Amino acid sequence: MSVPITRTSWFPAVLSFGTIFATMLLVELFIRFGLINRFIVPLPTDIMAALPRVIIEEQVFSRFLLTAAEAFSASILVTIFGVAGGALLYRFRLLREATETWVAAVAAAPLVLIYPLYLVIFGRNATTIVVMGFTAGLAPVMLKTLEGLAGTRRVLIDVGRSFNLTPWQQFWKILFPAALPTIFVGMRLGLIFALINIVGVEFLINFGGLGQLINELAERYDLAGTYAAISFVILISINVFILTEWLERWLRPVE
Amino acid sequence: MFMGSIECTESGMAVATALTAVESSGSAAGGAILAVDNITKRFETSEAAIIAVDGVSLSVAHGEFVGVIGPSGCGKSTLFNIIGGLLDGYEGTVKVAGDLVRGPHPAIGMIFQEESTFPWRTVIDNVAFPLEIVGIAKGERYERAKHFVSLVGLDGFERRYPAELSGGMRQRVSMARTLAAQPKILLMDEPFAALDEQTRLLLGDKVLQIQQELKQTTLLITHNITEAVQLSDRILVMTYRPGKLKRMIKIDLPRPRSSEIVSSEAFGRYVAQIWSDLREEASRGLHADEAAKLKQGGQS
Repeated sequence: MSVPITRTSWFPAVLSFGTIFATMLLVELFIRFGLINRFIVPLPTDIMAALPRVIIEEQVFSRFLLTAAEAFSASILVTIFGVAGGALLYRFRLLREATETWVAAVAAAPLVLIYPLYLVIFGRNATTIVVMGFTAGLAPVMLKTLEGLAGTRRVLIDVGRSFNLTPWQQFWKILFPAALPTIFVGMRLGLIFALINIVGVEFLINFGGLGQLINELAERYDLAGTYAAISFVILISINVFILTEWLERWLRPVE
Repeated sequence: MFMGSIECTESGMAVATALTAVESSGSAAGGAILAVDNITKRFETSEAAIIAVDGVSLSVAHGEFVGVIGPSGCGKSTLFNIIGGLLDGYEGTVKVAGDLVRGPHPAIGMIFQEESTFPWRTVIDNVAFPLEIVGIAKGERYERAKHFVSLVGLDGFERRYPAELSGGMRQRVSMARTLAAQPKILLMDEPFAALDEQTRLLLGDKVLQIQQELKQTTLLITHNITEAVQLSDRILVMTYRPGKLKRMIKIDLPRPRSSEIVSSEAFGRYVAQIWSDLREEASRGLHADEAAKLKQGGQS
């Protein structure tokens, strides 16, 4: 008996790319028939045609490396301080009760508005951008770490207790691995928030990286180039997301 | 220690704990490795204090298999957690080979009712866990863990993750992990409660085989009469809340046993005898539950 096409392993991927292609085709048609103003949204075919030009002529690779270095630095900080912060909130109940609402509020706040303050403190340099990325990514990692640790099944903690584990062993051998899937959800969110804010601040302060590229292309009114650069950033975000998924699968092979 | 006094249940009915003779003549009287003396545990609630366990005393001799059976809500799991050192704030004492238990004790291994394998570890890594904790080198701990994996009949599954196993296999992994720590006393809290009856009987066979091989002292907490009779040398019947020991029944079924024994006449007699003791307690529990639900409904 043959498997229905919707149940095949490749169908979701085909559907996903097919949807993107269909949307682009629709936008292309809307623009060509004058339903969308082409001076606001360029033709998708023009955006695709501009992509190689932007990559070659606008030194995308070196700009990408700068943004990647900033994002990597912010990610390391987000991971270290986010996981440690979440673990502290889990460990100290009073601290959790006193601050959890605030941390949640920070996660929902438009933190990019704080960049003028960072400009004053750190100056117009990469440190401001890294700290901005760190600020944006910290709260989701903290909250998800807390959620993961607090959600560890009681029986697993009891198993650890029955084997007389020290608090340190209890954390590293049981709580942390049990919470890892939830921590990864937080890390994925945190890293994407950090990347968005990094590119955003690069754009706002016109300092290097892919954000500055988008700013420059927009100021030149190179619409197709601007959209191509934005698409490039989206592709990178998707890849970061996939990378963290692979990393999680590597750390937790079967669940 | 659990010397046949007359106790009164809440319903006012005198329950003769006609146990003295059996207890003193039984295997527990001599070299008791586990001695639980007059344990009482109260839980404070907003309305009143609930006595979960009330003056429970019992002893288990080396190599003996003792079952504790009672209806839901009789404090079996509370007793399990107290003996395992996971619960404090109780009256009375628990001693292992004369050593007072003040917290989790290395001589006691616990198998929990809930599925408790570590999903991020393979079968062999799960079983080697207690050996890893005490710092045994990787090669040696894998060697030892393999022995216990084999003992519970999971050869060939060493590199599998718990998610790739059935419920019964996962419980066997938990059992192997606890046995790998080589505890003097194995404490089991309804380990097969989540499994179907057939798997439960077959796993009972496995437990009997292991107990036979290791001469493992075991205390089994359960609400399943068949399981208790199939496995135990002695069965202690508990009353519904407050949980007291009501009766001790010595199971004189031949060993080595297997699940085939459930079809024997003697087995049926033991089951009937225990049910007659449990029935009153179980129905008290049921009525108490219904009354509590009715009260909750009235308040909401």
